[in-house]
Amino acid sequence: MNVWRIRINLFLKYKDLLRELVIRDIKLKYRRSVLGYLWSILNPLFIMIIMTIVFSMMFRRNIENYPVYLFTGRMLFEFTTGSTRQAMNSVTGNAALIKKTYVPKYIFTLAKVTSAMVDLIFNLGALLIVIIATRARVSWTFLLFPLVIVQIYIFSCGLGFFLATYNVFFHDVLYIYNAVTTAWMYLTPIFYPIESLPENVAIVVKTVNPLYYYIAQFRDMIYLGRIPGWRIFWGGWVIALIMFVIGLRVFLKNQDKFILYI
Amino acid sequence: MGQDIYAVEVDHVTIRFNLASEKVDNLKEYVIKMIKKQLSFKEFFALQDVSFKVKKGEAWGLIGINGCGKSTMLKTISGILKPYEGSVTVRGEIAPLIELGAGFDGDMTARENIFLNGTVLGHSRKYMEEHFDEIVDFAELWDFLDTPIKNYSSGMKARLGFSVATMVSPDILICDEVLSVGDFLFQQKCMERMSHMLSGGTTLLFVSHSVEQVKALCDHAVWLDHGRVREIGLAEEVCDHYTELARANQKKGTKK
Repeated sequence: MNVWRIRINLFLKYKDLLRELVIRDIKLKYRRSVLGYLWSILNPLFIMIIMTIVFSMMFRRNIENYPVYLFTGRMLFEFTTGSTRQAMNSVTGNAALIKKTYVPKYIFTLAKVTSAMVDLIFNLGALLIVIIATRARVSWTFLLFPLVIVQIYIFSCGLGFFLATYNVFFHDVLYIYNAVTTAWMYLTPIFYPIESLPENVAIVVKTVNPLYYYIAQFRDMIYLGRIPGWRIFWGGWVIALIMFVIGLRVFLKNQDKFILYI
Repeated sequence: MGQDIYAVEVDHVTIRFNLASEKVDNLKEYVIKMIKKQLSFKEFFALQDVSFKVKKGEAWGLIGINGCGKSTMLKTISGILKPYEGSVTVRGEIAPLIELGAGFDGDMTARENIFLNGTVLGHSRKYMEEHFDEIVDFAELWDFLDTPIKNYSSGMKARLGFSVATMVSPDILICDEVLSVGDFLFQQKCMERMSHMLSGGTTLLFVSHSVEQVKALCDHAVWLDHGRVREIGLAEEVCDHYTELARANQKKGTKK
C-alpha cells in the first residue's frame, strides 16, 4: 500500500496547516465581539432556555429535567449539521488557495469539522452549567462522553467529505441538504421522547438514523447515568466508520477533478 | 542513475479540459441534458505534447502570449493539475510563488498570516517560529505586524508573500508573474534574492511577460504557443525570436 504511505506522510507534513486553519476559524469567529469566547457558552444556553419555555408550554409531557434532555440532544444535532454544512463549502470556499498551490484538499474539510468540534467542547461547558443549575444527578458514566464525541466526529468527517465533493460539481447539494437536515431534525428525538413517535416510525428511526445512536448513547451516559446498550454503542462505531470510508473514498476519487470546477 | 541530474522532467504532457459547452452546475440541468443526450463537451487542449527537461540548478523561463498555457504548465509541475496524457517527474521540494498572497486571510493580522501561509506551503509551525524574524526583516514590515492584512496594499502583501515563500531555499522555485507588483526597490531585492538562490543551486521556473526579466534571470527558455512548444533553447535566442515575432505582428497590425 505505497499510495497510503505517501498519503500519510503528506498528512503529517500538513498537520500544522490543519492546526492553523482551526485556530483561524476560532479566532475569527468572535473577533471584535465584546464577550468573545463567552458566546460559545452563552449562545447555546439562551437557545436552550427559549426552547425549554416554548416546548414546556406546547406539550405538557413529563420529561424529567427537560433542560438537560433537550441540551444533550440539541448539542450533538447542531454539531453534526453545523460542521457538515461548513465542511460542504470547505473546498469551494478555498478555491483561491487550491487553484494556486498544492495542498491536500481534505485538510480544509477536516479543519471545518474540527473547529466545530472545539465549539462542541465549549458546549459541554454550557451543559455542565445546566446540570449544576438544575441540580441533576450525575453518575460516573458522565466520564464516558469522549467515546461518543469521537464517534460523532468520525461520522461528521465522513459526511463532510461526501458533501464537499458533490457540492463542487452541483451547487444543488446545499439546498437539498437544507431540506434533509430539517427532516432529520424532526426525525431525531431532540425535543420529544422517542416514545411519542408512532411505533413503526420509531423502529425506523432507531435503526437507520445515525444521530439516534449518538444521542441515545450520550443521554444514557449523562442524562440517565447508565452505560449505553451494546447495540447503540457498537452500532454507532460501525456507522461512523462506514460513513468515513465512503466519504473519504468519494473525496479522494474525485479530488483531481475539483480544480476544473471551482 | 543518470536521471538524477534532472530536477523537472516534463514528458509529452497533454492537459485536456472538458469545457462543457454550457456550464452545467445544477442537478436539474444535468439530468435533463443527460436524458436528452445533450451533454456535449467541447474538448480544449491547454497543453499538447509538451516535453522538456530541466537540470538541477538551471533557470528556465516560460514565455508566450496570454492564454498560451504558461500558467497551466506551472500548475501541472506543482501538482495542482494532473496531466491527461504524459507525465511530470519532479525531484525535490517545490515552492510555488504563484500569485502571491493567495494563502492570506484578510481578516487576520500579518503575524497570523505568516504562520498560515507558511503551513500552506508545508512548513511546520516550529519551523515558522524559527524563521519568523527573518521573514519580517526581509519584508520590512515590522511596523504593521498586527494590522489585519485587508488593510495592506497589494505591494505590501506581495512583499510578505515573497518573503514567506523564499525564506527557505527550495529545490525548485516556481514563479508566476509575481515581480510585477511591489515597488522598484523591492523588485530589485527580489531579483537579487532569486539570483542568490540560483547560485545556491535552486532550480527556477519563471513566467513573466517581461522578456527583459527572463533574459536577466534565466539561462534557458520555452516558448509556448497555443499549448504547443514553439521553441526550446537558450534564453537569449528564444527571447529574441519571440520579440521579433511580436514586433512583426505589431507591424502587421498597424498596416491593417
